[in-house]
Amino acid sequence: MSQEIKTFTISVYTENNIGLLNRISAIFQRRHINIESLTTSQSEIKNVNRFVIVVKITEDQAIKVVRQIEKQVEAIRAYYHTNDETIFTENCMFKIKSELLFEEPQIQNIIKESDARIVTVNRDFFVLENTGRRHEIEELREKLDKFGIMQFVRSGRIAVTKEEMKVSEILEEFRNQQ
Amino acid sequence: MNTETIKKEVNKAAKTERISGSEAIIRCLIAEGVDILYGYPGGAIMPVYDELFKYRDRIHHVLTRHEQGAAHAAQGYARISGRVGVAMATSGPGATNLITGIADAQIDSTPIVCITGQVPSHLLGTDAFQETDIVGISTPVTKWNAQVTKASEIPEVMAKAFYIAKSGRPGPVLIDITKDAQFEEFDFKYEKCTAVRSYNPVPKTDSNDVKAAAELINNAKKPMIVWGQGVILGKAEEELKAVIEKSGVPAAWTILGASAIPTSHPLNVGMVGMHGNYAPNKLTNECDLLIAIGMRFDDRVTGDLNTYAKQAKIIHFDIDPAEINKNVKVDLAVLGDSKESLALLLSELKENSHDAWLKEFNDLYAIEYDAVIKDDLLPEKEGLTMGEVLKEINNYSDGNAAIVSDVGQHQMIACRYAEFNHSKSNITSGGLGTMGFALPAAIGAKMAEPHREVVAIIGDGGYQMNIQELGTIFQQKAAVKIVVLNNEFLGMVRQWQQLFFDKRYASTEMTNPDFVTIAKGYHIDAKRVTKREELADAVKEMMESDASYFLEVCVEKEDNVFPMIPSGASVSDIRLS
Ligand SMILES: Cc1ncc(C[n+]2csc(CCOP(=O)(O)OP(=O)(O)O)c2C)c(N)n1
Ligand SMILES: [Mg+2]
Repeated sequence: MSQEIKTFTISVYTENNIGLLNRISAIFQRRHINIESLTTSQSEIKNVNRFVIVVKITEDQAIKVVRQIEKQVEAIRAYYHTNDETIFTENCMFKIKSELLFEEPQIQNIIKESDARIVTVNRDFFVLENTGRRHEIEELREKLDKFGIMQFVRSGRIAVTKEEMKVSEILEEFRNQQ
Repeated sequence: MNTETIKKEVNKAAKTERISGSEAIIRCLIAEGVDILYGYPGGAIMPVYDELFKYRDRIHHVLTRHEQGAAHAAQGYARISGRVGVAMATSGPGATNLITGIADAQIDSTPIVCITGQVPSHLLGTDAFQETDIVGISTPVTKWNAQVTKASEIPEVMAKAFYIAKSGRPGPVLIDITKDAQFEEFDFKYEKCTAVRSYNPVPKTDSNDVKAAAELINNAKKPMIVWGQGVILGKAEEELKAVIEKSGVPAAWTILGASAIPTSHPLNVGMVGMHGNYAPNKLTNECDLLIAIGMRFDDRVTGDLNTYAKQAKIIHFDIDPAEINKNVKVDLAVLGDSKESLALLLSELKENSHDAWLKEFNDLYAIEYDAVIKDDLLPEKEGLTMGEVLKEINNYSDGNAAIVSDVGQHQMIACRYAEFNHSKSNITSGGLGTMGFALPAAIGAKMAEPHREVVAIIGDGGYQMNIQELGTIFQQKAAVKIVVLNNEFLGMVRQWQQLFFDKRYASTEMTNPDFVTIAKGYHIDAKRVTKREELADAVKEMMESDASYFLEVCVEKEDNVFPMIPSGASVSDIRLS
């Protein structure tokens, strides 16, 4: 088993339950594992939630953590994947003074080159949004930083896996079970 | 709650009735077969207590003297009977006082359901009087927990609570019910829960894994079984016994596995772990095949993992996939319920015997006997030993008593020397090591199985952690036999101070009260023994008593428990002195 520390994306399918976030994050906390990001949303299945958790751990730890998560009554299934096994992205927003848009023509180039989208513009500020890998977002932030950023925010990673996750089948099995 | 996610027992006869949430709670308990529960009232749970009063002919509420006592009593009830224990408390401090028992039940896989009252839902989050986030606090130490704010949710949540507590690998469940939900009326109908969508309590046993296990066992020259509580929880005692006898494999047990197979069985080679027997610890590092059954390779069992059974192939039978390769990397895992997997295994095993290998165990036992056991059980020195007290109890119990031990030296002595003929007879706090466990747990055990003799073995330290439960014993007339082995020390800690901290006895010596007077204050017959000549008669008197009885035995102050695997050492470096 590799003892090398890598980035793993842990995907968890769960019932929609108030206390579950607490239960799942406690599993990491107890093992002194820092959660790099955690995103929760509805999944492709009605009434089933999906957590996407990014951690830097060994594969051995990843296996154990996934089993501990699956052990929770309301966790349907958990998986871990490396970056290569997933398609992932992050989302970011910048709030910037509107006057810069006109005074600093370079900003317009940066926006164009980065494929960022202007969400809104008003007299005082405009809001820029972009999605991409972390390094792309970081690059954009560095470029804009020189002009002054009023607010910056970046989301956690969201990811889909290349391989199939057979959660629907588990649920179907339950429905068919007498 | 999302009702699509659970399956219920079809109960066409069940009619709906309009009742309050608190009455519904009692009706759910009765429907689940609960005859006794342990608890303590207070503001946020008063509506439920009012219903308990009305239903007092059908369900017996035991007022403990502390909520921790209620939780441990529920544990004792569950451990001796295999049924779900129930504890109840009010919000805030009542609820937090349950936590130690809940954590203990979690780590020792004990099925209990705890019900706590909560402030009315409109006050949640306002720092109301006696509001505490007990769902948040109990999350890491419960198998499942939930808060109920509407009466209509009560039947389903209660059904789920009992199902989850007892199914698969059992554990504690906490249900927190707001006071308004207790008062609210609704149309009640109860259907037991039979499945939860996201929860697979018993993984299917793969017959190929069983065949592979049988092949390894059939071909092993020096196989050894270590079984744990999974055998008892899975009611697989008979299957295990048959497996052992057919294969001829010597079998050792963890502290929580004790009593699953009678002590006197010729293939029962004793306890593994820090203060376990010499032979099974030493031979863990000599066997060629280690068969772990329903145990979790706790560090007190394995010692240093880097030198644990490295020469052996390892098979792990367990119901919990999270236990596989958690601490010890195994060669083969057989998932599933122990009763089922052992029955399958049995049919694949060859009749076999391992006489030469078994003799190695017996030879090492002889060494342990000369170095340790003889002096523990038949001491020649003046001071009384804990071991001779256990020996005397064995004389009168014939191995038929349930022994409830607390935590410390006396616990290790009790588990080493108590003789057992029946399963579910060794009730002790293994995983959490909770001092204060034994007295209330013994109450729960005695009330669950009144026909059984229940003897609590407690240290002078742990006794004082829940000594108030003498009041419960008196009020309930629970015929618990209480033995305090008084060494005037927090003995186990003192032993470590002696061995590893140059005898600096920091805060381990205790000036104790007159325990006999205290017991008598609770109208419990009591005696103190200080001399060997008095011991046998005193134990006899205690064992023959039909009522509760308190026996204090003043033992040697600075005796140590051996053998011992110093923490962090290898099992094969077990010390005899
Ligand atoms: C609640 C709790 N606090 C502290 C400990 C640490 N501890 C383990 S054994 C022990 C000493 C127990 O003393 P006593 O009850 O007199 O039993 P003895 O070892 O003397 O037989 C202590 C303090 C514990 N296990 N549980
Ligand atoms: Mg003591």
